[in-house]
Formats: sequence, C-alpha cells, structure tokens
Amino acid sequence: MPVVLEHLGKRFGDGAPVLDDVNANIRQGEFVALLGASGCGKSTLLNIIAGLEAPTSGALEVPSDGAAFMFQDAALFPWLTARENIELALKLRGVGKAERRAKAQELLELVHLGSAGDKRPHELSGGMRQRVSLARSLAQDRQLLLMDEPFAALDAITRDLLHDELERIWKETGRTIVFVTHNVREAVRLGQRVLLLSSRPGRVVQEWAVTEEHRTDAGLAGQLTGVITARLREEIRRHAK
Amino acid sequence: MPSKFLSGSAPNAAPAPSPDGFRPSDEASGSDRPDATPWAASGAAPAAHVHAALTRTSTGTEDLRELESGLDSLQSDADRKHRIDWSRILLPVAALVVLVLVWQFYVSLGVKRRDLVPGPLDVVGQMGLLWGEGKLQGAMWTSLQRGVVGFLISVAIATPVGLLLAQVAPLRRAFGPLISGLQVLPSVAWVPAAIIWFGLTDATVYFVVFMGAIPSIINGLISGVDQIPPQYRRVGTVLGASRLQMALQVILPAALPGYLSGLKQGWAFSWRSLMAAEIIAVGGTIGFGLGSLLDQGRDLSDMTIVMAAILLILGVGILIELLVFGPIEKRLLRRRGLLAGSTR
Repeated sequence: MPVVLEHLGKRFGDGAPVLDDVNANIRQGEFVALLGASGCGKSTLLNIIAGLEAPTSGALEVPSDGAAFMFQDAALFPWLTARENIELALKLRGVGKAERRAKAQELLELVHLGSAGDKRPHELSGGMRQRVSLARSLAQDRQLLLMDEPFAALDAITRDLLHDELERIWKETGRTIVFVTHNVREAVRLGQRVLLLSSRPGRVVQEWAVTEEHRTDAGLAGQLTGVITARLREEIRRHAK
Repeated sequence: MPSKFLSGSAPNAAPAPSPDGFRPSDEASGSDRPDATPWAASGAAPAAHVHAALTRTSTGTEDLRELESGLDSLQSDADRKHRIDWSRILLPVAALVVLVLVWQFYVSLGVKRRDLVPGPLDVVGQMGLLWGEGKLQGAMWTSLQRGVVGFLISVAIATPVGLLLAQVAPLRRAFGPLISGLQVLPSVAWVPAAIIWFGLTDATVYFVVFMGAIPSIINGLISGVDQIPPQYRRVGTVLGASRLQMALQVILPAALPGYLSGLKQGWAFSWRSLMAAEIIAVGGTIGFGLGSLLDQGRDLSDMTIVMAAILLILGVGILIELLVFGPIEKRLLRRRGLLAGSTR
C-alpha cells in the first residue's frame, strides 16, 4: 500500500501555514529521505502521515493500519527492560503472551542485541537504545515506518554503523520507510529518493534519485551530496533578511 | 583520508547556489591534491576500499554484528557488584548513640526534676515494665494494625480517584482545589465530627485516618502524573494504547516515583492522624493503642510512660521507612537509573 500526499496543507490556528501544497508519492517498500532545514514542518508532516494530526487541506492516502514511529530520542520506558519495552509494543498490538517473548527475542536478535534484553534503558548506550527503539517500532508490525531524525543525537561512529544496520533491516523486512533528517549525507546514504522540503511553508521543492552506484562509489555520493547541499542552502538563503 | 575529503570539500565545491555551478569532486581532487588516493584521481572507485560515511562502511552482516558488539561494550558501563555498605548501618547507629549520650548527660546535670525529665535508662526500664504487663506489645500491635489497614484502604480508594482526576481535566479543575485543601486541613479536626457520627468505635479512628491519608495520596499521584515527560504519552499513542491501557501500562508506571512519595506521605498522615485520634478518643470499643498509652501516661503524670510512648511511635515510623518505603524507593530509582550521584 503506497503513501500518496496530494496538495497537503497544514496551519495551526490563524498562523502562517506550516505545510503548503505538499505532493509526494511513496511506493511500497521504498526508502524515502525527507530533507529540510529547521522550520520545514518535517515533524508535522510525519504526524499527519501517522494519523496523529489532521491536515487542514488536501488529501492523503496512507495504510489503514497506521504507521510505526521512531523518535529522535529512543523514548524507551525506563521502568521496563529492553525486552519488556518490545513486549509492550507487541502486547498493545494484541499479541498473545506466549508468542510475545519469542517474537521479542527475535527482534532483539535482528538488531544484534540478543544478549542485552534484560538491561534497562539507562544501562544501554545511545546507539543500543536507538536499536531497541528500532526493534520496538518493528514490533508494531506496520508496513510503513516513520523515522523522525532517529540518529541525530548519536555520535558519528555509532551513526555510521546504524546507517548500515538500518539499510540491512530495511532490506530484510521490506518496510516502507520515510526518514526525516537535517543531514544531507545521511539522506544520500540511506534514501532511494531524497525529497527536499522548503521552509516556512514546507513544500517538496526538488527530489533526487539515489542509485545503487551511490552506495558504493563515494565519489558519486559526494557529488550528489554537493548538489543537494547547494540546493538546500539556496532554500535557506531565501529567508535571509 | 577519503571520508574527510569527501565530507569536507564536496559541499564547498559549489560556491554558487545554483546546482549547475557544481564542480565534481573528482576533478577537484585530481588537480588540487597530488597525493590523492588512486580512486579519486582516476574517478573510478573500487567499492571495497572506500570507507566514507557516505557509503556502506561494513562489509556484511557478520562484520556489522562484530562492530556493533565492540562499540556496545565500549560504550556501556561494566556491571558493578553490590556490596554491603557498612556506613549505611554504622552512621545512623552512631548518631543514635550520640543523641542518647547527650540526653543522659543533660539529665545527669540535674537541671530539671527527674520525674519531669527522666533519663534514657528510666524510659527503657518503663518499657520493660510495660512489656512485662503485655501492654506495650498490645498497644503497638493495635496501632500498627489499624494504621496499616487504614492506609491500605486509603490506597485502594485514592489510586483510582487520583488517576481519574489526573486524566480527566474537568474533574481535576472541579475537585483539585478541594483535594489540595483537604491535605492542608489537619485531619485531627475531623475527630470531634467523627466521635459525634460514629461514637467511640473503630469507625471513628478509621475515618480520621482516611481523611488524613487519602488526599495526600491523591495529590502525590496527580503530581507524579504531571511530571511524566509528554513523549511517553506520545509513544503510548503511537503504539496503539487504549485509554485504559494508557492509564495502566504507561501513566501509572511512569508516575510511580511521584506516586510513591504520595504513598509515603499518605502513610505519614495515616500514622499521625491515628495517633491524634487515639489520644483524643479513648474508651468505648476503641482498643488500646500507642496514642491511648500516651494519654494514659499524661493522666498518671508519669513522664516515663509518655516518653516511652513517644519513642515507640517514632520507632514505628522509622522502622516502616527503613523496612518498607526505603527499599522500595531505592529499588525503583536504581532500576530507572536515577540513583547515581544521590546521597541515599
């Protein structure tokens, strides 16, 4: 089931529109990076796609079962262990008790945390927490996975590894992923397509396809990063006084 | 380093805002950097040797697992063993000994008459006498039993009410000020009313305990709920929690630290109200508790009984904190990683 956004607009109260005429078409199983500077309404757009907020104009088509969500901070519940955090997601989805444990272990293995299931969030490093958070969002078992700058707060070494990890998991699970980021390199590293959102109001101004060659050829990837950065800066310059 | 070069210079290679003005990094490196790595000079990148942040950095699932596991062990703390901390036991005992010595010293100065200010040994002797008569254990048991039963019933009433008030805005606006007010009102003020309504029965005692404990437990729970990071509710919504599931699986556990301090305060109020009720309402079918013992000491003008009763009431309070609330709270905070750096 694809995600279709048509002339989507959002404004809060009488203020200036946050999103204006957003159009996008995301295929099933696609990995789309949503790139933009601050104030481009990225988080609002994700909330609308997730069904947490309603658009003020336009139409959207999203999977009827909603979307899984991953936040910038892992947002794990500190009173539960890593495993229990995942089990809670399964429980709220209505998975039976016996099945929960096995499924949670499976998901922990998937993010390479099979032996850390009994640790509490404060005992885990930032990267491990984010992996548990990823496993939890996979536990929701939704085709569509929305990620709101999930690696923004991590150190560079961990982030590079998690890029590989996310790509692997995306390939293994066939999810449709919408990945919001401020980081051009991250967008190029992960997305099959990079959508650039303008700021105030947010609107898709340009998009680039990222091919398999970009994944292995750093020169090519660097070139694309340069092009996108230039376009992003042009967009930011528009707001100079 | 390929990664540094790429991430640093690629965006800067396009000084003009137009994408057309972009200069491919390959050309740039060929002319500017004679020592550039072969792939950059030739323009063809052998994938296996490129380790830039822009491309895949690991060579496969196994490699990735190994890298992650290495990083995990570097980034997380080693398990620490828990040992018995003797200072936790010795320091309070030392403080107690010092206080008793000061007391004994003051008494031996003979400033006041001995029957007005008895020494520690006189009080301990009186406790021994009372123990011999069976009065001490009886009074303590009666009070403790009432305090605990009254407290548990208060918890059972206050918890759902508190959750409801914390979650339903109109209810909270309507009753919030009243509950806060009730917490300020000394519950001993209810004793005369309770005696008129229920006579000298256990009902009077329990009523006063409820009026003391319930508002403070409700208030503790509400303030615990107020301090929940909004993110937790968002996660609950995203995970598809129903209203009831949200309350029981997310809100209540998240509010537990605040709720626990409400419970602690609720217990303190129960115990205080109980003592007040026992001191004021004596006789009838009301049994003989520590408060009654205190009142009896006053009637007999026997300061040793009064002091013994006060110390027993204090002792019960300390014991409940040490044996019940202390360990629960410590465990709760440790599991959430909130204990580091505290003086507990």
